[in-house]
Amino acid sequence: MLRLYATVAAGGFRRHATYRVATVAGVFTNSVFGFILSYTYIALWDERPMLGGYSMDDALAYVWIGQALITVCGLMGGGFEDELIERIRTGDIAVDLYRPADLQAWWFSANAGRSAYQLLGRGVAPMAIGALVFRFTLPSGPGAWLAFLVAVALGSVVGFAIWYAVAMSAFWLLDGQGVVQVAWLGGLFFSGMLLPLNVFPGTLGEVARLLPWASLLQVPADVYLGRYQGRALAGAYAFQACWALVLLGAGRMAQAAATRKVVVQGG
Amino acid sequence: MPFIELDTVEKIFTVRRKTGLIRREKREVRAVDGISFGVDRGEMVGYIGPNGAGKSTTIKMLTGILTPTGGRLRVAGIDPARERTRLAQRIGVVFGQRTTLWWDLPLKDSYRLMHRMYRIPDARYRENLDRCVDLLDLEELLDVPVRQLSLGQRMRGDIAAALLHDPDVLYLDEPTIGLDVVSKARVREFLRDLNTTHGTTVLLTTHDLTDIEQLCSRVMVIDHGRLMYDGELAGLHAVGESERLLVVDLERELPPITDVPGARFVRSEGPRQWLAFPATASAAPLVAAVAARHPLLDLSVREPDIEAVIAKMYGGTREERRESLM
Repeated sequence: MLRLYATVAAGGFRRHATYRVATVAGVFTNSVFGFILSYTYIALWDERPMLGGYSMDDALAYVWIGQALITVCGLMGGGFEDELIERIRTGDIAVDLYRPADLQAWWFSANAGRSAYQLLGRGVAPMAIGALVFRFTLPSGPGAWLAFLVAVALGSVVGFAIWYAVAMSAFWLLDGQGVVQVAWLGGLFFSGMLLPLNVFPGTLGEVARLLPWASLLQVPADVYLGRYQGRALAGAYAFQACWALVLLGAGRMAQAAATRKVVVQGG
Repeated sequence: MPFIELDTVEKIFTVRRKTGLIRREKREVRAVDGISFGVDRGEMVGYIGPNGAGKSTTIKMLTGILTPTGGRLRVAGIDPARERTRLAQRIGVVFGQRTTLWWDLPLKDSYRLMHRMYRIPDARYRENLDRCVDLLDLEELLDVPVRQLSLGQRMRGDIAAALLHDPDVLYLDEPTIGLDVVSKARVREFLRDLNTTHGTTVLLTTHDLTDIEQLCSRVMVIDHGRLMYDGELAGLHAVGESERLLVVDLERELPPITDVPGARFVRSEGPRQWLAFPATASAAPLVAAVAARHPLLDLSVREPDIEAVIAKMYGGTREERRESLM
């Protein structure tokens, strides 16, 4: 079975690799937003140095990590849920269901391939562009880079789990757009995409840092900046892994309920 | 014991309908309403009925993706809904309006995926792929992304994908829908060959009765979730009281021919007249009788239209049938 899911993941990677122009357009968009946010952050950190415990160099690194991870961890849309929702709506999901494979494991593998491609295609380039123009913090060595990559991998699993659960709602709602938009807004705000969660004041900040979206950007960024070491690093990974398991479990339960009870659309 | 066995199988959907601001009405839809039949190994059976008759629901239950509300259902001795994954190894499915192929990637990538998904031994996979590529003429298409294939090419690609793991039974849901004449002929020829040389059991739903006429010795007609007819294609004519048409060209315009026993005047157009007679009766005595009493120049016999027969079974009136006969 592992070979099957490896093939599915490879397919997911190559599917996205076919659309080179889309990748270039995405890199361009990410870079433009990176510039806008960078100048905003520079203005903000000039006024309030060490805001949220970040130096100016840290804050700029945070901006470009955010741009690199948008598609990798599904901060503002997982990049697969629209397709899955459409398959549920039209009934094409029937084809996926009669296969001798697990629906969630299938989409998980395809998404892992997509995520890996996005990391290379849309992660590395914007970060390099940012590094050419701005001076920002870099990890201290190969070990720190590796620690960051592990956090990104876990973040992408949590991202998948969130968007898969969102897509499952289409079995009942048929039009998943409402739920997708709520999830999109939640992701934009609570992932720390606009402003690091460490900057959020009081209870709001405490709650935001405990929500699953914190796994997508805030935790990987803090790992990158070296704010977790030793046991604290293990704790950060455990936080991500817990959310991954809880949300994957929720997606599985929804899937089981859906395939048991719900109508597969269309003739 | 039949290979596919259905015993008073039912599928009831509950549909909620908004009737007021918050009031909702629950309504039961009996998509499949107590169907029983058996299909033996190596049979090729047509499963026909109008839209919404319950054909696809039956197919979905036979693949295990829908659970029957009642009754007993077995395919190769397996309860599909309970052991969907085990059953998947034994069946192949082609949904004409959907595709199992990877849209953005070359056709051959999808086949590689099937190889892994069904854990097909390498030698067997090669052999089956070569055979399908050869018979379905796919050689040139293997490197083409599926999204660039024409409908007919994609359908051939889908049929091959459903057969790489040597399924014992193949379900085809509208396999020729939207195809041109040449593509239809090619698909039919392939299916006939598959059934005769490999003994693959085939269950086929279609709206195209030519598919049934050319492929299936047995046909099942379903309407409103119930089985209306199960038997040989020829038998449909007897059940449907279908009629053949005798078209006669006379020397000149004459009054309607009503003096020939066994024939019913349908209409006339100048010197040409249309006479109907039971499909089960012989045309020879009728022709002799017409020729003996009227100045006959030419004639032809039109076979009954199976579509008209079935339209009648679905509840069409005699008038409608007569129109479709012309």
